[in-house]
Order: sequence, then structure tokens, then C-alpha cells
Amino acid sequence: MTKFLQRWTVFAGLVVVWQVLGWLADDPFFPPPSKIVVAAWEWWVLEPANFTGHVVPSVVRLLSGWVIASVIGVSLGLLLGRSDRAMEYANPLLVFLRSIPPPALVPVFLLLFKAGTSMQLATIVFGVVWPVLLNSVDGARSVDVTKVDTSAVFRIPRWQWVLGVVLPAASPKIFAGLRVSLSLSLVLMVISELVGTDNGIGSQLMQAQREFDYTRMWAGIVLLGVLGYGLNTALLAVERRVLAWQPRSRDEQHA
Amino acid sequence: MRAFTRGLLGIAGFLVLWELLGRSPLLPAHALPPPSVVFGELVTQLTSPSFISHVVATVLALLIAIVIAIAIAVPSGLVLGSVPAVRHGTRAVIEFLRPIPSVALIPLALVMLGFGPETKITLAVYAALWPILFNTIYALDELDPLLVDTARVFGTGRLGVLFLVALPSALPFVLTGIRLAATTALIVMVSVELMAGSQIGIGYFIMEARSGPGRMDQVLVGTVVAGAIGVLLNNGLERVRRRWVAW
Repeated sequence: MTKFLQRWTVFAGLVVVWQVLGWLADDPFFPPPSKIVVAAWEWWVLEPANFTGHVVPSVVRLLSGWVIASVIGVSLGLLLGRSDRAMEYANPLLVFLRSIPPPALVPVFLLLFKAGTSMQLATIVFGVVWPVLLNSVDGARSVDVTKVDTSAVFRIPRWQWVLGVVLPAASPKIFAGLRVSLSLSLVLMVISELVGTDNGIGSQLMQAQREFDYTRMWAGIVLLGVLGYGLNTALLAVERRVLAWQPRSRDEQHA
Repeated sequence: MRAFTRGLLGIAGFLVLWELLGRSPLLPAHALPPPSVVFGELVTQLTSPSFISHVVATVLALLIAIVIAIAIAVPSGLVLGSVPAVRHGTRAVIEFLRPIPSVALIPLALVMLGFGPETKITLAVYAALWPILFNTIYALDELDPLLVDTARVFGTGRLGVLFLVALPSALPFVLTGIRLAATTALIVMVSVELMAGSQIGIGYFIMEARSGPGRMDQVLVGTVVAGAIGVLLNNGLERVRRRWVAW
């Protein structure tokens, strides 16, 4: 409880400092938080069309891109992770593909898919599949030898072996990858919207900047921060549920 | 050695697939030039001084950004990791700042810093800070209390413990953080160059190739070179970690 208080008093204190400085400086680039909140309210609550037309599609794209990447990453990762030979074939290729900055491929995706949702999804999926994939490989490799031997002795069916033994053993690693890729999805969503479309949070940000409306620009930035915080917190809660059977490990992720 | 040949085979298979896809009538013409065309263009570009200056600009800005990020994140990580009060106090702020994607700050940085290299360096630093900071903090958490107590018994002061015991034992973690940060910084760097119209850099090269003549082969040359820089950075840092901090 004291930790909680400590945490949020410092946070609140900084917001107050920002507010006072914003008032004193009266700089159009740095509006005080009160103005930002008012702008956000007018922008998204009083004009619900802005919310349903920009914020909702952005979040939908982000989540669907992330889900597609997760399904591909986990299934491919488990396959590769259980076969040393397959991994030998794929490893250098994966290392290279992972190192490509996904925004660099936006022009290619633009031509292949035309501007629009499918191009944005392609950008998000290509960008975030790697952390999930590589973590799943790691996780699938780390299955306990005793478990492998036991399952072999009992000759359990193949799907049961994958879903019942490999997947649970790999899940802590997989979740670490999912968390990294979720925050990356947010980045790529914004990037794909800066070029690809005329709707979404990213394009609204760009538009606010072009119209020199810095208060709205700040509102957009804050919204993205809140979104990132919320998504991460939600995933952590799910992870705690799903991995409740795991002995507590302090495997907090860094990214 | 077998792993190496297999790896080469894997890459060769990928190239063949790409070649077939690029030449197939399924895709719109010129959308995906096949590797044979792209590598021809790559050779041409690698001998052109203007392309080299784009690459040098990006790499230089990237290195500056990584050095600045290390200079900020490692000391802050040491403080946050060893003084619990500071850590709990700043936690909410950090948790809120971290998820703000650095690309969301592009409009702000453009307004404040203009179109020069300051913008992309600042944004890359912002993106690279977090992995280094968090890895430093976690490394201090993993610190063996026995080592600390031993040092204290021998009369080492608080600062002495921090620099002689904590920092060396945290170093492998910190280097992993730097490796992650370098890849992230590269992505941000190229994105900013692509979108914010900086005047030089690989991202700018890609942007120019796309918007002017629509040269997709040049776009892919830029992409391949950016990927190669990423691989080199990643492997280089991994090697440093293995060679010098193998304790």
C-alpha cells in the first residue's frame, strides 16, 4: 500500500509540476495537462465520430495484427524448436529477417496490398512475429528431458504431446515474447497509419501537427501512452492467470 | 560446419522462392523485384558514393544514439536498482513513459528539433533507453547478496560496492540490454528517416526511391542493407559479450 502511494504521489506530483510550468511558460508547444485533457474530451467524447472512426479502427488493427502474428509465431516456433535440423536450416534466415526494420518494407507492402487495412496488417504482422517466434523456439527447446522421455514411453498422441507438454512448458517464454510484440504492435500501428491511410490515431497525430494544433497532438501522444499501459497491464493479468501453476519466477521482460 | 551449410541452404531456398514469386504473374508487375535484379542494383549502389554517404549517415547517427542511451540508462539503472525508494517513486512515471511509442513523438520532435539529425538521434535514444535501463535494474536484483556482504566485511563503502561488485556482475545483463536497444534504435532511426523527411540516411534513400521513380529494386536494396547492419550489430555485440564478459 505504501508502495502504491509512493508511486502515484510522485506521478501526481510531476503532473502538477508540468501544469504549473505550462501555465507559467505559456508555450504553445507545451500545453499544461489541463488543456490536454480538455482537448481530448472535446475531440473524442463530444465528437464520438472521431472516436469510432479513428481510435477504434486503430485498436482493431493493432489487435488483429498481433493475434495473427502470435498464431503464426507460436505454431511455427514450436515446430522449429522441436527439430534441431529445421532450426539449422532456418536460423540464419530468421536472424536476417528479424533485423530488417519493418517500416522499410512499407513501400513494398503498399504496392502489394494497396493502401488500406491489409497493408497495415502486413506491416504489423511482419514486424511483431519475430519476438513471438524466437521465444517460442526457445521455449519449445527447454522442455524437460524427463518429460520428453515420459511422454515417449507412454506413447501419447502427437497433438496431446504438442498441446499438453510442449506448449505449457514453453508458455512462460511465449508470454515474454507476446508482451514484447504487443508493445511493438503499437509502434507499427502508428507507423503504418502515418503513411498508409487517412484514418487512425497515427494519421490524426500527423494531421494535428500539420494544422499546428499542438494541444491535440499532445492528446494523441497521451492516448497512445494510456493505450500501451492498458494493453500491457491487461496482458500481464492474463499471464498471471494462465501461468498461475508456474512456480513464481522473476522473469520480467525487458523491452 | 553442417549447421553452416544448412543455414546457407535455408537462405538459398528463400531466395529461390522470392525469385519465383517476383517473376510470377500473380503479383502486380514491379511490386516485388526478384533477388537477381535486387543484387545487381545492390552492387551498383555499393559503388556509388551517394549511397555510401547515406549508409554512413545512418550508422553514425545510430552509434551516437546508442552511446547517449548508454550514458543515460546505465547510471540511472544503477541508482534505480540500488535505492528502492527512488525506484518505487518513479515506477508509475516510467511505466507510463515506456509504452509511448517513439514514433508517436515524431510530430513533436519535428516541431521542436526540426529536420536535422537531432530529431532522429533523440527519438532513437528515447527508444534505446528502456531495454538498457530495465536490464541494468534487473541485473542488480539478481546480484548475489553474499558478494555484497563479503565486500562490506572487507570494508568497501557503498559506492565501492556499486562500482567494484555490482557493476561487473551486472555487465552481461547490461550488454544484452544494449544489444536489444541497438536493434530497436535501428528500426526507429530508419522509420524516422523514412517518415520525417530527414535529408540523408538509408530511410531517406528508400523514401526517395519509392516516391520519385518508384524504383522498388532500390527500396529493397535499402531494406537489405538496413537488415545487414542489424545483423552485424547484433552479432558483434553478442560476440563482445561472449569474449569479454564470460564470467
